[in-house]
Amino acid sequence: MSASKLHAAGVLQGGRWRWWEVVLWAAALASPWALSSHSLIINEIAILALFALSLDLILGYTGIVSLGHAAFFGMGAYAAALFSKLVMPDPLVGLMVGIACATVLGAICSVTILRGTDLTRLMVTLGVGLILMELANKLDWLTGGADGLQGVVMGPLLGRYEFDLQGQTAAWYSLTILLVLFILAKRFVNSPFGATLKAIRDNRLRAMAIGIPVSQRLSVVYTVAAGAAGAAGALLSQTTGFASLDLFEFHRSADVMLVLVIGGTGWLYGGVAGALVFKLMQDTISAITPQYWTFWIGLFLVVLVLVGRERLVRPWTWFGLGKSSNKGGKV
Amino acid sequence: MLTILFDGVAYGMLLFILAVGLAVTMGLMNFINLAHGAFAMVGGYITVLLMQRLGVPFLLCLPLAFLGSALLGGVLERTLYRPLYHKPHLDQVLFSIGLTFMAVAAVDYFVGSTQQNLQLPEWLKGRTELGEGDWMLGMGHYRLFIIAVCAALTVALQYILTKTRFGSRLRASVDDQRVAAGLGINVNVVFLSTFAVGSGLAGLGGALGADVLGMDPSFPLKFMIYFLIVVAVGGTSSITGPLLAALLLGVADVAGKYYIPKMGAFIVYFLMILILVWRPQGLFVRQGGKA
Repeated sequence: MSASKLHAAGVLQGGRWRWWEVVLWAAALASPWALSSHSLIINEIAILALFALSLDLILGYTGIVSLGHAAFFGMGAYAAALFSKLVMPDPLVGLMVGIACATVLGAICSVTILRGTDLTRLMVTLGVGLILMELANKLDWLTGGADGLQGVVMGPLLGRYEFDLQGQTAAWYSLTILLVLFILAKRFVNSPFGATLKAIRDNRLRAMAIGIPVSQRLSVVYTVAAGAAGAAGALLSQTTGFASLDLFEFHRSADVMLVLVIGGTGWLYGGVAGALVFKLMQDTISAITPQYWTFWIGLFLVVLVLVGRERLVRPWTWFGLGKSSNKGGKV
Repeated sequence: MLTILFDGVAYGMLLFILAVGLAVTMGLMNFINLAHGAFAMVGGYITVLLMQRLGVPFLLCLPLAFLGSALLGGVLERTLYRPLYHKPHLDQVLFSIGLTFMAVAAVDYFVGSTQQNLQLPEWLKGRTELGEGDWMLGMGHYRLFIIAVCAALTVALQYILTKTRFGSRLRASVDDQRVAAGLGINVNVVFLSTFAVGSGLAGLGGALGADVLGMDPSFPLKFMIYFLIVVAVGGTSSITGPLLAALLLGVADVAGKYYIPKMGAFIVYFLMILILVWRPQGLFVRQGGKA
């Protein structure tokens, strides 16, 4: 009896807030004010962090390898941008619409990822992304086609705060939404529900055997992750006032996977840390070679995998412990 | 209508040659290799550059493209791919995406981002027409050539796989790697040579398809999905599966683009998703093989 309680506490203890987390978020929320000239990139980092967070829910916590997560990102972005252009310019309502659309899409698509191997899932997620890109391309009367959706004008936030050119409002807006969704995600993964997701990731067959409804859990988490990705997309199109086909591109799905892997999967701060590193790296490298920066990203990925993902964040294992890399087989 | 069917078959044959190496490597080592298109691009660029810069005849370029990509594939297999066979799929996906990005940027850097044109020799440029009206069959000579080469290759591959000693070793390794190794088959060598030949075939396909598919640095990304469709739909346990899948894909794609241009690539992706939801292991799989 007491042992099972202890275990339950062990599984669920990640839900507590520690002092450094509070400090971190306070610093994050203060950053647009302290570094006001860098607000634009802070905004981008927050959005990317949210996007990576949503991927972490399915990749890190549930073990679904998805190459089409940009589908939901783009869906949220287009939905929010179209809503503000055609219906009303209020950002928060637009955000809700973006989330809702992406969630519905995620619920529909979750049917496709329930069966088959990793390869099948990879293909299906990739295919969904491509279909949406084609849709956005072909429905040019609605989405502007290859030129992108222009002329999106955002109303003031909460009716008071205008989006300024410097991007301070945008950065605060994105950071706040990120924080809210982060708190929700933290509750989500540290609940008993989240524990079952991890069980499915670690061993699907056993999870099934102890009575976890695997398919149902998978579709729920996929839907939730889609909604969060939609929120990230909506934030991007709202703060930039623009949505283009580029949102659905394959490289966006690949980038977000890279972001998550840099920061570490199965850890909510992984997306945040990865987004920070990735954006700063992108900024630096593309300042040096704007056209060929994908080469360095590729090289980084190759080295990262060859060295071992786990070891990147643990520098003390870099030297002398060659054997430990073999343990990387199980993730 | 027959013309469309013909073009579709040519396209499908090309896709088959491009993707067959991927099917075998995936089946053999359960390795998700998204960088397969990069090898095809290497073959295509070898051909284009040799012809443009050095004036090498087209027919000589094809085996050179094959050898170049095969060599590259062999070297990369030994140095980079082998440590990753037992890593999780996520690592393999990341690694091969990284390789693809590098290949794309490198080609962009060295050759430029414009689409490369292939100067076909005169005897491949013509077109023969048979019949008339709705049933007219117009055959571009080049497409006819593609079909002939690919059909010959398919027959040769089928022969090697089913009749030779190497083929039976390969099939044994695909079925169960550990038992095959236990019986004294050197699985590593089997895999190295298969990977090299697969990459070489991709290179040959890229060389043949440089004119039809278009050669530019984004080639591996653009066609990655097509190769994967062939493999995922066709299954990895035989070469007839991918062949049928490739033909189906080729005909569906050409016909879809011709009849309903507005729908473009939808049909193909949509069909793929439907098929994979319906039969996640692929359409043409043998029962009883290793899952």
